[in-house]
Amino acid sequence: MSATATARPAPEKTAPAVTASRPSLAELLRHPLRGKLAVLALVAAVVVPTAALLWGTGAWPENLTADISAPLDDANRWVIDNRDTHPLFLYFLLHLSNTATDAVGSVYDVLDAMGWTGVLAAAVLFAWRAAGLGRPGAKVAATAFGAFAVCGLLGMWDATLLTLALMVVAVTLAALLGMAIGLLAGLSDRVDRALRPVLDTMQVLPAFAYLLPFVLVFGTGTPAALFCTVIYAAPPMARLTALGLRGADPSVLEAVTSLGTSPWQRLRTARLPLARKQMLLGLNQTIMMALSMVVIAALVGAGGLGEEVYSALSTVDVGKALAAGIPIVLIAVWLDRTTGAAGDRIGQGAPGAGLLHGRSAWALVAGGVAAAVAARFAVGAAWPEGWTVNISTPVNQAQAWVTDNLSSGVPLLGGTEVWSENFTLWILNPLRDGLMWLPWWSVLLLVAAIAWLVGSWVSALTATAAMSLIGVLGVWTKSLDTLSQVLAALVVTLILGVAAGVLCARAGRLERWLRPLLDAMQTMPQFVYLIPVVALFGVTRTSAIIAAVVYALPAVVRITAQGVREVDPAAMEAARSLGASTRQQLLQVQLPLARPALRLAVNQGVVLVLAVVVVGGLVGGGALGYDVVKGLSRGEMGLGMTAGVAIVCLGLVLDRVTQSARKRG
Amino acid sequence: MRKLTRTTRVAAAATAVFGMVALSACGAAETGKSQDAKGDKTVKLTVPSWVGAQANTAVAAYILESELGYEVKQQQMGEVLAWDALSKGDIDAIMEDWGHPKEEKRYIEDKKTVVKGGDLGVEGHIGWFVPKYFADENPDVTDWKNLNKYADQFRTAESGDKGEILEGSPDYVTNDDAIIKNLDLNLKTNYSGSEAAQITAIKKYAKEKKPFLTYWWTPQWLNAEVDLVEVQLPEYTEGCDADPEKVACAYPVTSLQKFLNADFAENGGDAAQFLKNFTWSTEQQNEVAQMIAGDKMEPEAAAKKWVEANEDTWKKWMP
Repeated sequence: MSATATARPAPEKTAPAVTASRPSLAELLRHPLRGKLAVLALVAAVVVPTAALLWGTGAWPENLTADISAPLDDANRWVIDNRDTHPLFLYFLLHLSNTATDAVGSVYDVLDAMGWTGVLAAAVLFAWRAAGLGRPGAKVAATAFGAFAVCGLLGMWDATLLTLALMVVAVTLAALLGMAIGLLAGLSDRVDRALRPVLDTMQVLPAFAYLLPFVLVFGTGTPAALFCTVIYAAPPMARLTALGLRGADPSVLEAVTSLGTSPWQRLRTARLPLARKQMLLGLNQTIMMALSMVVIAALVGAGGLGEEVYSALSTVDVGKALAAGIPIVLIAVWLDRTTGAAGDRIGQGAPGAGLLHGRSAWALVAGGVAAAVAARFAVGAAWPEGWTVNISTPVNQAQAWVTDNLSSGVPLLGGTEVWSENFTLWILNPLRDGLMWLPWWSVLLLVAAIAWLVGSWVSALTATAAMSLIGVLGVWTKSLDTLSQVLAALVVTLILGVAAGVLCARAGRLERWLRPLLDAMQTMPQFVYLIPVVALFGVTRTSAIIAAVVYALPAVVRITAQGVREVDPAAMEAARSLGASTRQQLLQVQLPLARPALRLAVNQGVVLVLAVVVVGGLVGGGALGYDVVKGLSRGEMGLGMTAGVAIVCLGLVLDRVTQSARKRG
Repeated sequence: MRKLTRTTRVAAAATAVFGMVALSACGAAETGKSQDAKGDKTVKLTVPSWVGAQANTAVAAYILESELGYEVKQQQMGEVLAWDALSKGDIDAIMEDWGHPKEEKRYIEDKKTVVKGGDLGVEGHIGWFVPKYFADENPDVTDWKNLNKYADQFRTAESGDKGEILEGSPDYVTNDDAIIKNLDLNLKTNYSGSEAAQITAIKKYAKEKKPFLTYWWTPQWLNAEVDLVEVQLPEYTEGCDADPEKVACAYPVTSLQKFLNADFAENGGDAAQFLKNFTWSTEQQNEVAQMIAGDKMEPEAAAKKWVEANEDTWKKWMP
């Protein structure tokens, strides 16, 4: 699931992906797959009538379920009764939570003491220095300045600082944890295999599901929010660190070994420095993931920008929510550009000495920040009150205009409400009813068959076990409902994403133009666009799907664009010289060659769509997402956890049926 | 080589820091309670997700700060989480509670960490509502016996061939699935999943003058913007909602309660006494809620405006 879209021409024997284009279909017929299909047909001929006789039709049988809610609720109770007295809490967990509160509090105090001039100067100079002082550095510095100035202008300065303080601590912890896990996984194959499902679970298990136990153990406010953010944000760092360590150039390692170095020296002087670029990418991803938890952190009282978004929701004030959402996007853009530019510099070779390089440049940055901190005594520590703009009213008016004019009565197109209704009636309902109509054993067989065709018998076994677990947990029907929504969202995301990705790859300017929009789609808290989406599409499953598509689309567009662009230029040249039309080039050369990237796009799409199932529950998605929210808000840990585990199982199933075994390994 | 020594130095520093942390961690941690020394003039209140309760908190906080000289910390969190925080002393008071029997038993009776703070004075009521424009045209819709007659008018793509009843946030108690089943109604619940989504949907229907049926409650600021009429369900009698599976009656009228942390109630001085005395009417709460939600005022500004105009009311709350 890491972003390593190597776009080498796919070897002939690669198993076909779901995004099969024409050549791969032809391939399919003369493939050993034919054998697999024949075996499947044979098995089906025997098993299906037997199973139909034995179990009949219908949903998962009740006597095959096990209730995990009761023990979970008991554990919940035990924590509440013992947390003031039990040594586990007094000597360990409470220390963690107190340290967390103190750490975030002191970072906030430092930021606050620096005054707005100091923070602004620090952000700009840091970005400038990290990006390499030259022209690219100036551009990144300008982005930083714009980002922080807008945060202040929107009247969100203090909330931004609070969020920033939480993020600094959370990202530091997540990066350290991720690096430690990544080191282990990068150096040992066994650890890598054992950790993979753990990392997957950390990313797909909805934070809503484990928020409650964290609050009970660590208390409301900063600690619970901090630890949940760390859990969610650490996996990318771990994955990319491991990848970087594994991907080190063997000849370099060979050379270092021949010099008689110890393993520890090899790690420190060769492997870690060689993995720096990947690790920086991991840090970048970790920051983005952490920022997406800001609003969820507010649900347990962490304050900051998330709280502003959340409280705007209670008065259905889109403008106010947007004013708090924009700073989150801007912080993300600032950190993304800064870490990105720093990553680009790696391997460019050391620049010459001079005043603007090395230590003297850092000294310059420190001096600039010190001067700006001193300036706070002249202009005050808080953002000047007169310098704020209220965007709430115009945004709300614009929102009202859009919903009035687009929701219905649009000539020819019908309007969003009509689309939503037709989408529900003609796509979602048949899909859901179809899945629910299938006898439970046939769903298992189907899952096993597809996973086997795409991957190996191991993936078939895993997928079937995951699907059975859903049945055992007693959430079969709800999971199929959620599955139908996830599938619909995935298809829409892929159609739009691949089309946009191909366009972007062919027109570089379009991509540059789309970049801020994609950034915003990825980092804007979904809570901000919850209300406009409901106003346009109603309280329906369509709204839930829209939310998922918006969130998952940017990754699919980026991966597709990168994959198509990196197609071997020689192959393209050959196609052109043979007189292939643009369309032929695209369909017969670029897309088939970009297949690994497309497969990665599908896989990322699955993960991201599943990640917002819970948000879908907030706008009418119902099913598992609603149960997770309900579990948290009613304090029913069993309910929330069961639904959360079912979501993870769905993720496992979808991952195994969309990703071939070789690719994953 | 310079790089190497730098790494070593950083490693040494990190080890030292970890060592110190580890040493300091040998003692038992603060549980948070002992931090509230007597005479500390800080009060921690929860800010719930709905506006009516935000009005309570805003007014109480404003008076505590401006008249009694306290510092008030406001923290936003979910309802059940707030109960837990109240028990731990992370917050001192919940100003509006709609009834959490499970938590009341756990924290008040068993653990004795929470005590009752008396009536808020506001009466809460949950029920089924239709818009007034629809009830005016079809007066008999307000009796549940006639709901099946109108079911097809409440139909949406989500509810299939049944009528839709719009449900709200999972925060709120609902028996609707049982009521529908036990009264044999041709309806289907559609869980909107959040109050914001439900309000948006209601506003949208109202603007288009479409018929709809919704789970709803009073007091609620939206009631000042959209006129809703309650559908009469079979009358509520004590205990008719005891078995969640067999409910076939209306929701009770609840007098909303305040709850205080037990320690705070005893040692909280003037602030605790003031919060115990705090009581106002549904109309008064609505007035402030409408300023916050309808006029989009900041809660502090709305509280200030109300406090300045209603001295008679709040003077009585003073300890």
